[in-house]
Amino acid sequence: MKKEFISIILLILCFLLQSTLLSRFTMGGIVPNLMIVMIATIGFLLGNRTGMWFGFVFGLITDIFFGQIIGLYACIYMFMGYLNGAFEKILFPHDIKLPLLLIVCTDFVYSNICYILFFLLKGRFDYLYYLRGIILPELIYTTVLACIIYPFVHFIFEKIDIFDAKHMGETYIEEQ
Amino acid sequence: MSPIVKKKREHYVLPTKYWLLILTLLCVVTMVISFSTDIFAKPLNTISGYVVVPFQKGLTGVGSYILNRTENFKNLQFVMEENEELKKQIEELTKENIELGQDKYELTKLRELYELDKEYEEYTKIGARIIARDTGNWYSNFIIDKGSEDGVQVDCNIIAGNGLVGRVVSVGPNYAKVTSIISDNVNTSAMVLATGDILLVTGDLEMMSKNLITFSRLYDDNDRVSIGDKIVTSNISDKYLPGLLVGYVSNVSTDSNNLTKSGTLIPAVDFKHLEEVLVIMELKENIE
Repeated sequence: MKKEFISIILLILCFLLQSTLLSRFTMGGIVPNLMIVMIATIGFLLGNRTGMWFGFVFGLITDIFFGQIIGLYACIYMFMGYLNGAFEKILFPHDIKLPLLLIVCTDFVYSNICYILFFLLKGRFDYLYYLRGIILPELIYTTVLACIIYPFVHFIFEKIDIFDAKHMGETYIEEQ
Repeated sequence: MSPIVKKKREHYVLPTKYWLLILTLLCVVTMVISFSTDIFAKPLNTISGYVVVPFQKGLTGVGSYILNRTENFKNLQFVMEENEELKKQIEELTKENIELGQDKYELTKLRELYELDKEYEEYTKIGARIIARDTGNWYSNFIIDKGSEDGVQVDCNIIAGNGLVGRVVSVGPNYAKVTSIISDNVNTSAMVLATGDILLVTGDLEMMSKNLITFSRLYDDNDRVSIGDKIVTSNISDKYLPGLLVGYVSNVSTDSNNLTKSGTLIPAVDFKHLEEVLVIMELKENIE
């Protein structure tokens, strides 16, 4: 429960940062996608169930504030959390390379879904422009931030595990 | 208690994939509903307005503070490097300079707002501050810190600098969501001020990086429209008040159908550095 609680706080923080501070500190007019990093990280570390729920809830918040249609971002974020959670049992969280690759893939897929849904369906076929102008810069900026955020979240969760393991013994015996 | 009794108490947990299916269906249903009606807008806006907006206000304040501080610092360092021998004097002067500079910046901004106020005098307006921007890179919507409690309604026009920014698309109690005319999914009916020809202004992400907006469907048989002409919102627009400045024509070309013309225009507003805006309280449908 502690991990979920901290995840919620981190996600709220990320959402607020994303919509306020980060849009002022852009690089070439591009905002990194903190929400995707956090949801991918949480999905990967806490499993598909948690990833799915957090993705859904925070997608919904994004929808309310910035979406044209309620439910679209909720759906995309939910699948991102769920699919990242599927790797929980397969990959080692200690090695940063693979989770990082996962986050990068998630952001790339997310950007492409956005392109297809918002632009391709409207008849904007110049994919290379959007790839070079928006998708790749966002990917690079997001990756840099993921290099900081993922180890940070992983570090906190590890501390919680150690803390729980210490206290688990006492309470467990008391309940018995 | 024996373990068997405990086991009976454990309730059945629905597997995650079924939850995924249920939530996906829920999303699809809400998408369809919100696409056709706006049932969700009111309650959701109210809740999120009270929970999230105060934080966004605070953080935006912190952001401007930091940005201002870093800018001040940069100025200070630059001047000090140039005039090392006059350090003391210059320190005093720079301090004064910065303070005056900030005052002047504020003064020019207020003057601009005042002039704009005079230009569109017949409308009642309130000032608002932008407190949050779209989280993605695809659209340019933003949130302002005035809402229904201040009298802002859906479709209120937003102006800044000396031209049109966009309009309110949804309202919470203490905030309002604004979609700008440069957003890729927005069309604005406008006209050429000099000739009165109607045209359609469309936001375009590709053009936005060059600080341009596209326009199309301009009927101009006699080639009277030229580069630099003022484009204002048209009389026939059902959302925008007539006569608000949109921008200046920067490029015109005849379409392949030989009937209409299209091209690009330079917006009158600097969308990248937007901080304060004015909300026009009158709605188009109420004015006549």
